[in-house]
Amino acid sequence: MNAIEAHGTYKVFGKRPAAGVARLKAGATREELREDGLTAAVIDASFEVREGEIFVVMGLSGSGKSTLIRMVNGLWAPTAGELTVCGEDIVKMNDKQLRTARREKVSMVFQHFALLPHRTVGENAAYGLQLKGVNRAERERSATEALAMVGLEGWEGSLPEQLSGGMRQRVGLARALAAGTDIMLMDEAFSALDPLIKREMQDQLVELQSKLGKTILFITHDLNEAMRLGDRIAMMRDGRIVQNGTAEEILNEPANEFVAQFVQDVDRTRVLTARSVMTIPAAGDGRLLGQPVAGTVAAVDADTRLSEVLGACADCEGDLAVVDSRRRLVGVLSRATLLQALGQLAADAAHDASADPASDTTPMEVTAR
Amino acid sequence: MSAVEFVNVPRIPVGDWFEGVFDWVTANLEWLFDAFSTVIDVAVEGLVTALDAPGAVLMALIFALLALLVSGWRIAAVALVGLLLVIGMDQWATAMETLALVLVSTVVAVVIGIPLGVLAARSDRTSKVVRPALDLMQTMPAFVWLVPVVFLFGIGYVPGVVATIIFAVAPGVRLTELGIRNVDAEVVEAAQAFGATPRQTLFGVQLPLAMPTIMAGINQVIMLALSMAVIAGLVGARGLGGEVTAAIATGDLGLAFEAGLAVVILAVYLDRVTAALGQGGHLGRFRRKAKSDVGEVAADENQPDGSEDLVTASDVHTKIGA
Repeated sequence: MNAIEAHGTYKVFGKRPAAGVARLKAGATREELREDGLTAAVIDASFEVREGEIFVVMGLSGSGKSTLIRMVNGLWAPTAGELTVCGEDIVKMNDKQLRTARREKVSMVFQHFALLPHRTVGENAAYGLQLKGVNRAERERSATEALAMVGLEGWEGSLPEQLSGGMRQRVGLARALAAGTDIMLMDEAFSALDPLIKREMQDQLVELQSKLGKTILFITHDLNEAMRLGDRIAMMRDGRIVQNGTAEEILNEPANEFVAQFVQDVDRTRVLTARSVMTIPAAGDGRLLGQPVAGTVAAVDADTRLSEVLGACADCEGDLAVVDSRRRLVGVLSRATLLQALGQLAADAAHDASADPASDTTPMEVTAR
Repeated sequence: MSAVEFVNVPRIPVGDWFEGVFDWVTANLEWLFDAFSTVIDVAVEGLVTALDAPGAVLMALIFALLALLVSGWRIAAVALVGLLLVIGMDQWATAMETLALVLVSTVVAVVIGIPLGVLAARSDRTSKVVRPALDLMQTMPAFVWLVPVVFLFGIGYVPGVVATIIFAVAPGVRLTELGIRNVDAEVVEAAQAFGATPRQTLFGVQLPLAMPTIMAGINQVIMLALSMAVIAGLVGARGLGGEVTAAIATGDLGLAFEAGLAVVILAVYLDRVTAALGQGGHLGRFRRKAKSDVGEVAADENQPDGSEDLVTASDVHTKIGA
């Protein structure tokens, strides 16, 4: 089952928003609506987030991604379309049902942490449980546990103002974890942190995720972050989802010029995996496929990033075996293939850069905020 | 010659209308005003008795001790000197009457003002109605209020309290609204995102975070209430206002000055003590300091290698202290 599903979801702000949706469906543009004082924040969004994956919504400011995430926990009600969370229709819920859904199913991490400054770190982490009506002993235990998970043992008694930015966001993360929901919404959660701390937090999130298997909807304007974290990525622009796929799909088959321009600066060797460039031996060698590979043979995991394969390839005399998680052969990677792939990447990048940016593809600043 | 000069604006009987409304109110709501009147009278008289009970010097010491706890020894010392001066000027009993009047007015104004401010913060429509009403109450000369108030409540403490409330309630409402509207929207959103009810958001997040602003509002309510003390004297409330009124009637310059000085001393005392309460006070600072000792190397995380520019515990303390 999908944890979150959206079908043709719209959000229009202003007077008589439903009329705005009708006009959008009839082909009106976002700008035409704006002239009448309506803001089309999200237009015809359809996507699903599978259980246990990190789904990243990537877009620049004003692309509607923050509105999108706030519809998932009902902070904004969709103007039109369907939106289900854990199979339940969020659109039809009344206030009380929404509150229950937020307490039981969906927690959230905020860009500027949004901690309660007058409460201690421990009380902040326990906030969700307190709202649920969990007794003090129980929630203190859960909060301590969640704080330990994010590396903040012993900070329960401090106030948020005594913590650095990175630590405060760990408290934000612990608050969401302690709530014990299956789904976590993360709204630009690491965007306010400086680069080193940001990197640390990303690694920590990936590590936590491998243990906990939450469903995470992550919003960011940072493409590198999207590529690092996302099992799948939705690219948003001007309120619409323009492409939806894995990082590799978005890099290799950008849906339009906008996405292509956007991804051209990404270091592809850090995104593409051995699997995407390996050759699959045919004929005689083909019968080896699926066979276990001896420990003495130089091998790399199929999901290894190309940037890490390079070293292994340089150390190895002949071809590299590409194996799956149980060390069974799935393909072969020779130096020649690897160099060819890298050469192709460089050529693609050069081509993208020289491509004439059509005027309608760059009305928005491509520089990150 | 323009046509404008020939337009004849008819006499608009606003005053008659107001009298009509007032007559209706007197005829139909008298029981309500009587009840209110009784409650206020009992409250003020009771408070006067309580403030007089320990005797002047002991009471002055108690006030000074309160200032010491809330805002420190300097203000406590100044307060003690000022209050002893009030005793020396033979104005202690009247000062306590004025204090009782101010405190009761403030309590009523706060009880009305804070909920009204909360409502105004939550709905733009309420805010739009409340704002001009407050403007009217604050800018209409206080003497004008005295006429209907005396009609309704007679002579004594009660009309003084009512006129004072009308004049002093505004900053309580306004600063409550301001404080709640200025609470970080993301924090309020976070409360909602974790499933807080509107009530839980109000009492758990908005009111605590707006508290410094609300306290500043209460401080202003008290100051305005005190500034009405003399006018209250005109309608028969005893206290320092009564002294001033009597002094005006008899041309007693010395008495007027002494009573006026006592008002100033009360004002300074109340202002400093409530302002300190608003900033979390002396006690609050003690508590925060104790907590900061728990977490010493907070900012360390920004130095991942930990080798250079180590942030020391004292740095952290200065940051927190600031």
